Amino acid sequence: MKLEYFDMIDEVIGVNTVGASIVARSVVPDESPVFKGHFPGYALMPGVLLIEAMAQASGFLIMTLNDFKELPLLVGVDGAKLRMPVRPRSELIIESSVEHDGSGFAVMGAQIRHDGAQACKASLKMKTMPFPSEQLRLHILASADAAGIFALED
Amino acid sequence: MTQTFETIAEIIADISEIPVDEIDEKSHAINDLSIDSLDFLDIVFAIDKTFGIKVPLETWTKEINENQAPSEDYFVMGNLCARIEELVAAKAAA
Repeated sequence: MKLEYFDMIDEVIGVNTVGASIVARSVVPDESPVFKGHFPGYALMPGVLLIEAMAQASGFLIMTLNDFKELPLLVGVDGAKLRMPVRPRSELIIESSVEHDGSGFAVMGAQIRHDGAQACKASLKMKTMPFPSEQLRLHILASADAAGIFALED
Repeated sequence: MTQTFETIAEIIADISEIPVDEIDEKSHAINDLSIDSLDFLDIVFAIDKTFGIKVPLETWTKEINENQAPSEDYFVMGNLCARIEELVAAKAAA
């Protein structure tokens, strides 16, 4: 994880294209400029970045299912619960699955677990659109490759 | 008013916070009710769940953008309800 770059997924450890689900793993960094403000003397992973981590895992799943032809964007967050403080060096297991496959959008059920307990959960609405640039598509493909998605796919 | 109209009007009223009595079969979802694209996505999601269908929103949008169909065909309430009833019937026949 590099919080300041919104680089939230260290590794994808499972993708189920039939069941439309994904599991990823990330470790909260020991140090980050984000922690200088959040908070001085008590570094805490911002809740909005936990939601971003769930959105990025969800995005990787949607793009795996659409062969990286369309870009998913987060357009809605419902029922978010941030259940515990998440500190530096925490290992996070990020899970997401498709709850509803709509036309041009998907609703995802996502959660993050830490030490076996649910750290947060939310229902995320993702709208898909054509990639606005080939540069962005290639960047995301490289990110997905670095996260190990293509090594996992059938 | 059909049951389909009443159900969809209630969905729209709930999501877009529009008084249900301001919605009639001639209302255009965008031009008259001022529903934005994000709220319309929520409305489509609710319609999908309620009727057990998949509203082909991408196809409709493409047809409108390419001038193959006027927006009234899909976004005037009476027409929207007719499209939903067609989708429900097609699913039942499948």
